[in-house]
Formats: sequence, structure tokens, C-alpha cells
Amino acid sequence: MFTYILRRLLIAIPVLFGISVLAFFMVRLVPGDTVTAMLGTNYNEAQAEILRQKYGLDQSIIVQYGLWIMNVVKGDLGISSLTNEPVFDILLTRLPITLELSFISILFALLIAIPLGTIAALKRNTPVDYGASFFGMFGISVPNFWLGTLMILYLSLHLSWLPSSGFVPLSDGVWANIKTMIMPGIALGTSVGAVTMRMTRSSMLEVLGEEYMKMAKAKGVTNSRLIWKHGLRNALVPVVTVLGIQAGYLLGGSIIIEQIFSLPGIGQLALQAISNRDYSLLQGTILFIASAFVLINLAVDIIYALINPKIRYS
Amino acid sequence: MPEVKKPLLEVKSLTTSFRTDRGLVRAVDNVSFTIDHGQILGIVGESGSGKSMTSQSILRLIGSRKSEQVNGEVLFEGQDLLKLQERQMQKIRGKEISLIAQDPMTSLNPVYTVGNQIAEVPMIHEGFSKKNAWSKAIEMIKRVGIPSAEVRAAQYPHEFSGGMRQRGVIAMALAGNPKLLIADEPTTALDVTIQSQILELILDLRNETGAGIMLITHDLGVVAEICDQVAVMYAGKIVEKASVAELFSNPKHPYTQGLLASLPKLGDKTRLTPIPGQPPNLHHLSSGCAFADRCPFVMDKCRSVQPALKKEQTEHQVACHLVNEEGGDENQ
Repeated sequence: MFTYILRRLLIAIPVLFGISVLAFFMVRLVPGDTVTAMLGTNYNEAQAEILRQKYGLDQSIIVQYGLWIMNVVKGDLGISSLTNEPVFDILLTRLPITLELSFISILFALLIAIPLGTIAALKRNTPVDYGASFFGMFGISVPNFWLGTLMILYLSLHLSWLPSSGFVPLSDGVWANIKTMIMPGIALGTSVGAVTMRMTRSSMLEVLGEEYMKMAKAKGVTNSRLIWKHGLRNALVPVVTVLGIQAGYLLGGSIIIEQIFSLPGIGQLALQAISNRDYSLLQGTILFIASAFVLINLAVDIIYALINPKIRYS
Repeated sequence: MPEVKKPLLEVKSLTTSFRTDRGLVRAVDNVSFTIDHGQILGIVGESGSGKSMTSQSILRLIGSRKSEQVNGEVLFEGQDLLKLQERQMQKIRGKEISLIAQDPMTSLNPVYTVGNQIAEVPMIHEGFSKKNAWSKAIEMIKRVGIPSAEVRAAQYPHEFSGGMRQRGVIAMALAGNPKLLIADEPTTALDVTIQSQILELILDLRNETGAGIMLITHDLGVVAEICDQVAVMYAGKIVEKASVAELFSNPKHPYTQGLLASLPKLGDKTRLTPIPGQPPNLHHLSSGCAFADRCPFVMDKCRSVQPALKKEQTEHQVACHLVNEEGGDENQ
């Protein structure tokens, strides 16, 4: 298992290297640069030249990349041109918010998807199943920003149940913190829940037809034990894969949701970095999200081995 | 006069039908038979003849959906299983009646250890603690002849070979000490040497526990080897029923005769005689005998009137106009 994890991490290195190249060069395809963004309307050529020298933007693009990647390897993601703070430190302060948001979204998604998908499979072709299918289609089709906006309109402005935006850190009270996270969590988690629900349903339907389920029933197992013990664990094997991919996308999806709900997470940071042409910050954020994606996939594969004894990594 | 002992299992007019898009299908049609304690009844027939459906109807593994209907009586020690609540049925499954399914590769749950799956039986039926149930599982694994039982119990099904898995399934079926064992093609998926070992095991168990066994197979060789009685099924019906010796020496139904003729014989160099045609489509059964289209002795009557299973001799029953008419003539 250990060597497997090590090997997976080693394989991740070329992947991340490729991403670093893409991130670095694509960021520079955007019209305008850090200096024009910094100077704004006060732009003049002389000042711009000084700043370009300061940030090393006067050198050839290959040299710039070389310098940046050397520092990245040493764990230095550079300094944000916007705040003059180290990019890595900024990411660390923003990370917990995005992690919490992702966690709540996945929790919400799972709480809905697993029971609903299972029940839909059991009650196949009944109104319950149709209702679940409707939720599935709804969750996949509805854009999360629209759902978020509607929730703000209804739950915050109309009913005043939840704050419309802003973030309260955990240190200021658990409930106050969770209140700011519920709506973004639901907005982000709905599509994940819908996809996972559909996967659970179809996977469960397949498992229900398996011979070992019939055998378990022939042993005298009760219906609930049959479904939740014998069936679900088998049905979850493909669900975990889907969930893993979804979890990776949550990091991307959070860009919009964090913006709508004014949550100072990684997604919002990425957006700020783009609008300010903050190259180091943007490159750092992209690389960070990519690494997170790789780690989540690794975690999924490890969970996979835990629920499916046929998979033993070596 | 000695008191008539109730048979272990008495199936009366069992009919299982499915509603499908193309109409009602009777997979099991008016099937009756009995199994006594310690008796092995073989049920023989081609694929789709309703053998497995019969066993699943007895255990009520089918019949819970709206599209499935099971009628008739299944008297287990005098109690009609078809009238029981699902909860009462759960107490019978695995404890009083167990099932050994056809394909050992798929009948064990891949995500739990074999020991765990065997231990579940005493846990749910006898309230064993986890630890006691585990010892019981190891005992059962030893009993079905799997070496190093302690190690094997902790392994997953995919770590077992096919024959081992079937032994595991048998261990699971026997863990509840059932009075009736339904073995649905227990050796079909296994190679020949393993087959005979498994049959040996089933025979041993009958001798040790005195359980009744319903052995479903399409292999007449297996029937000849271990069964006492045999029922031949065709298109959902029993067409012939007799003791094994009687059936093999004196087959009456043209279908049974065809089955026996299509068996290879040692030293015989002549070509096998297959039964011409295909089993009928259950969606389009005529009002007459289902075998009529393939029968070499077909008469006009066969196409319009369904032959009933008549007592030809006391222990030998046949559902065929030819035989029954001859028998009738003799009686006159």
C-alpha cells in the first residue's frame, strides 16, 4: 500500500509539471499584464518599465518560467503583486474556507444521494423513483449560481433565515460559521448530489439483481440488512469513483459560488488574481488546485481499496 | 394401520406466473411433488423449463413483486409457506430450508469474507455472538472439507477457487442445520472432478443429518448417481415422475426417452440422437401438449388437449396422451 501511494505521488510529478507549464503560459496569454493592471489609469511607459524590471517581467518568457519553477520546487510560490505577501501564505489562509465549503457540499450531496438513490432503486418505476429522477435531472441541469441566487432571494431577503453573504470564521462561533456556509454548501452540493444519486441508483439496481443478494435473502437475512449491509457496500464501489471526480470539480465550482456568497476562499482568490493580472498568485492557485485534485484522486483510490477487497494495491 | 407421517415438503399445484410486456408467462405450471425426510428428489429439465423458478417459489424468493404471482400450496411440515408473512418466512429461509445456488462464482458477496458470510447464519437465526458465530463458521468450513479453515474463513470469495467457493456456499447453506436443502444445479459450473466431490459432500450430509434434498439439475448422470426420486420438467410442467431406477429403466414420456437417448454411452460409437426442435416459447403456448411439436409420436389430440399427470403405476406418473391412453386401455 505504501509503495503504491509513493508511486502514485511520483506519477503526479510530471502531471503537475505539465500543469505548471500550462498555467504559466496561459496566464500570459491574457491581454495586459501585472504592471498595466497595477498602474491602471496612471500608466506611463517609464514607470511601467521600472516595475517590469522589479518583477522580472523584462526577461524572456522562458527565463521567467525557469526562475518561477525553480522557486516552486523549493516551495516558494512567489510574492503576490497585489498584496506583497507570499502566495503560499495567502493560499493557506484561504484554504480552510474552501475546504469547509467542499466538505459541507459533499456531506449534503451524500446525505441526499445515498438514501435517495437506494430507495429509488428499490422502488423502481414508482412515483418515488420518478421523484428521484426529477431531482437528478433538476440538480444536474440547474446552474449552481442560479440556485445560489434564488436561495439568497428567498431564504435571506424574503425569510431572513440565513445571512445572504459574508463569512464568519469558526473561531467566532460554530453556528454562526455554519449559517454562512449552509446556502453555498447546498448550491454547490446539489449537482454533486444529483450525479451521485443517479450513480447510486443505477449501481444499486445492478447489485439488486446479483446472485449473492438472492443468496443472502435465502439465508434469511431481513430486508433492511439485505439492502444496507449486503447491497450498499457493493453499490458504493462505482459511486466513490464518481464522487471523487465530483469532489475535484467542487474546487472549480467554488469559484463562482464563493463570489456570489462573498466567501474569501481559494476560488474567490483565483478570480481576484485574474482580474488583477497577479501572475504569481494565479499560477500558484492553479497549481494548488491541481495538486489538490491529484491528492483527492489518490484518496479516492485508497477508499476504493477499503470498500472493495478485490483491489489490493502493491 | 401405521400413522401416515407428514412429508417434509409437499408442493401442491404450484403455479408461478410473470406479467410481462408480451403477456402472462407461466414459468411453473401446476407442479406437485413431495419430498420426505432423507429423500433426494431430482428435478430435471432443460434451461427455462421452470426448475429454478420452482425452487425460488418455494423459498418465496420470487412472488413479492406485483408482476410475479405464486399460487398453489407449499406445505413445509404441514405449514403452507405461501401463506406466511415475510417476517415468518425469514425465519424459515436459511434455518429450515437452505439454498445452494448454481453459480458459486456469483453467489458469495464479494465485499465480505467467506467466514463472515457463513457466520451471519447463526447470528441471525440463533442469536450467536460474533465470536461464537465465527467459530461456527470455521467449523462449517472444516466440515465441507476446506483445508486450513481458520485462514480461509478470513479470506474473500475472490481468493477462493470455483470448487472452494461452492463448498463455501454449501457451508453457508448448512450452517443453519436445515431440514430441507434445495440445491439448484450445484455442480453445473464446476469441472468434473470437483463435481463428484461436491455430490459426495451432499450425499454425506443427507446421511449425517437426514435432511431432505431437492436437487435441480439438467444432468441425468447426476440424477442417476445420487437421487431417489426424479421429476422431469418441460415448459413449466412436470411431465414424468418416478423413482430413479424406474425412470431410467422404463422411461414413458417421449421427452424423457429423448433425454435419455441424447446421453452419450461408453463404447457406443453411433451418433447421439438429439431431440429435434427447440423448447417452446412460454409466451406462445398452445392449448395442447407443450412437447407436441417435437414429439415423434404426436397425435391430433396432443395439439388440442393438455395431457394431465396421471398415475400410470402408483409410483410412476406420466403426462402424455399416448401413455395414459394405453394405460387406460389396459385397465379396461
